[in-house]
Amino acid sequence: MAKYNITVNGKKHKVEADPDTPLLWVLRDNLGLYGTKYGCGIGECGTCTIHYNGNAMRACSMTVADVGEAAITTIEGLAENANHPLLQAWREHDVPQCGYCQAGQIMSAAALLASTPSPDDEEIDAAMYSNICRCGTYNKIKAAIKSAASK
Amino acid sequence: MTTELQHSRRQFLKITATVGGGMMLGFSWLKPYGDTEGAEVVTDFIELNGYLKIAPDATGKGSIITILSPNPEVGQNVKTSMPMIVAEELCANWKDVVVEQAPLNTAVFKRQVAGGSQSIRQTWATLRNAGATAKHLLVEAAAQEWGVAAAECTAADSFVKHASSGRSASFGSLAAAAAKLTPPAPEAVKLKDPSEFTLIGTSQGNVDMEAILTGKPVFGLDQKVPGMLYSTALRPPAFGQKLKSFDDKAARAVKGVVDVFKFGSDNKIAVVATSTWAAMKGKKALQAVWEDDGTLESTASQYEAMRQKLDVAAEQPKRNDGDVKTAFATADKVIERVYEAPYLPHNPMEPGNFFANVTTDKVELSGPAQAPERFRGEVAKLLGRDESTVTIGLTRMGGGFGRRLRGDFVLEAAEISSIAKAPVQHVFTREDDMTAGIYRPACMYKFRAAIKGGQLVGYHLTGAGLNAGNVVRENFFPAGAIENCLMESHDMPSKVTTGPWRAPITNFLASAEQSFFDEIAEALGKDPVQFRIELFERAKTNPVGKFEYDAERSIGVMKLAVEKSNWGKAPAGIHQGFSAYFCHNSYVAEVAEVKMEGRKPVVKRVVCAVDCGIVINPVAAINQCEGGVIDGIGHAMYGDFTLEKGKPQQDNFDKFRLIRMGEQPAVEVHFVKSNTDPTGLGEPTLPPAGGAVANAFYKATGERVYVQPMVKGVKGLG
Repeated sequence: MAKYNITVNGKKHKVEADPDTPLLWVLRDNLGLYGTKYGCGIGECGTCTIHYNGNAMRACSMTVADVGEAAITTIEGLAENANHPLLQAWREHDVPQCGYCQAGQIMSAAALLASTPSPDDEEIDAAMYSNICRCGTYNKIKAAIKSAASK
Repeated sequence: MTTELQHSRRQFLKITATVGGGMMLGFSWLKPYGDTEGAEVVTDFIELNGYLKIAPDATGKGSIITILSPNPEVGQNVKTSMPMIVAEELCANWKDVVVEQAPLNTAVFKRQVAGGSQSIRQTWATLRNAGATAKHLLVEAAAQEWGVAAAECTAADSFVKHASSGRSASFGSLAAAAAKLTPPAPEAVKLKDPSEFTLIGTSQGNVDMEAILTGKPVFGLDQKVPGMLYSTALRPPAFGQKLKSFDDKAARAVKGVVDVFKFGSDNKIAVVATSTWAAMKGKKALQAVWEDDGTLESTASQYEAMRQKLDVAAEQPKRNDGDVKTAFATADKVIERVYEAPYLPHNPMEPGNFFANVTTDKVELSGPAQAPERFRGEVAKLLGRDESTVTIGLTRMGGGFGRRLRGDFVLEAAEISSIAKAPVQHVFTREDDMTAGIYRPACMYKFRAAIKGGQLVGYHLTGAGLNAGNVVRENFFPAGAIENCLMESHDMPSKVTTGPWRAPITNFLASAEQSFFDEIAEALGKDPVQFRIELFERAKTNPVGKFEYDAERSIGVMKLAVEKSNWGKAPAGIHQGFSAYFCHNSYVAEVAEVKMEGRKPVVKRVVCAVDCGIVINPVAAINQCEGGVIDGIGHAMYGDFTLEKGKPQQDNFDKFRLIRMGEQPAVEVHFVKSNTDPTGLGEPTLPPAGGAVANAFYKATGERVYVQPMVKGVKGLG
């Protein structure tokens, strides 16, 4: 076990974990931040998407040792009082079905809007391609991203 | 029906109650969150029946109405729609309602199952009665207090009113008195006429929305109690293999691993650890030796065996109307086509998992379960316990699609906890989930049509499936519509475990059948929709034998799809394909539209017409229909799962392709307006999707589609 100081959602956390532990499991098992989900463990499904210095990354494919000084943001820290325009758009469109992939979808969408405030269809498709929704909510996700972008 | 989404004033409170009260085990970490909602939490709820608890709100003027949602929530949104039905008959204001997920409780609830698209259909009457009975008591309590006749009182918006005296009382203030009254005889309880519905038919947001959007722990994998350990299991890597020996030295050396042992009839190895990662790492470090236990099957040989079976007559046909032999012998023309589809894993985004805490006197279980009642019996039997000592809490499920109808993950969790003598969160890795599955069985069909005098006079379907049970649906269309009709099924034994996968059997049968009907219509020179309508008219006016569907409703959805899709009048460059199917008591017709983009046929839009009777919650109903269409198309186009010597060749999403953003068509959903009792929507829109797409691909490319996944046969699809 090794000790790490990592910054998650603006707060510093001391964690003890093996260096090869994926950030995903440190967030969930050590810090109790359950919004970041386990889906595949190999960076192929996007359910564990978090922000690493503002960029969308897969928490399953990054070790706790990789985090260093980076600012990590999870769904829990996306916005104060859950008032991010994307969350509002997700409510308006009633996007989720099972809901499991949605935090990852929202984190990918948030990174997209941060860099591309008014994405077109192709830009949305490209940015969201890495996030699987097994229930097939893709059309609603796209509509919600466009709603949020228009605000 | 309004589609404008309603939002509840008590949204925060709802979540508090849902998360705080919904779990069986009272996890201490599941505390109310946020800053404001705690103030409104009320504890002195009065239970009016197993579905309902009512209390005055914090102001004393209003009500808080807790409705228990009995059935497991797997994404079909019953956690919102079932309480809506109770609230409707209760005459509650939905803004006053707090929804709580019920645990398994067979003393109060019937059929707590998420499967077969039956949740709404089979509980409709019960849920309405629960609401109406409670309303009856509240009205009676008010009438007694006011000394007036109950018949002079009305209930609406969580209040009882007496119009002539102007008196009014909230449900919350009446609950205590109502609970003391004798419940009315069932015949005394009056249900609303559908024309009186004010909540049913309006769009209400998902009651778990805030929890989902803010990452609150509502899924099975999010459970944690003090002292809980994490477990994984190593299982035989191939179907047809068993454990010979293993070396756990390296696994035990992984930091955090606390125990390693054989379980599951000595055929699996459990690794128990203090963290999920340690349990996964420990499993990887196990050195196991496996040995063959009979023949190891491969896809190529399985397909060959099925193909041969299609030429063999079944011992007992499932259906045999008229004289099929003569119809074919005297036909002007015979069309014969073979269709094939592979195994499919379910791949719910939340992999298999369950919480178990087995102690000397009780068995506490909690997690994502589609059939908890059956699992309780199985666990009790496995552990030699009395069922009354086994409890099951229900978490929200990150998808299921039929996978969580099998209790293997629950049994594993329970057995591991009993051996480890600790509470465990038992976790499948994605690889476990995909390779230790209960797959949609691989299937093959041979369809034959006899044409004489410009009419379809004979129909012969032979199906073969691996561990698939009956692979035909002898009481579905075209049964009843064709004079000479023979349907035969071969169930072929296999070591590969199979199970229900969203719309079992019909998920591929409908695709194949609806493609074949397109070919028959073409051979007859008829419009494919008109051809089907003629057959349904025959079933209506001069039926052949018995069948399950309503021909009139079948025609109704087809006409709606034609109207809404502008069938036959698509703009240049848009190629339409039609498909219709009845299953799970609901009727669906779909028109897929394909456009060539270079050499690639692209599905741009699907128009989906649905008759499911009364629509409870339009926004969620549309979600289900749209999801079913996209799921159906995704798997028909891309889903492929193969075996080599018993070993699955796809074990994660790098090798198993699921439909992704940008690959889905736009989906338009239209419901037939109806006052018929509601039926389900979790499955019915999936089966017709593959056929609609295949028929549109044919129009676009001139090539028929006989093989799923379609990427294997359709040029340019890639």
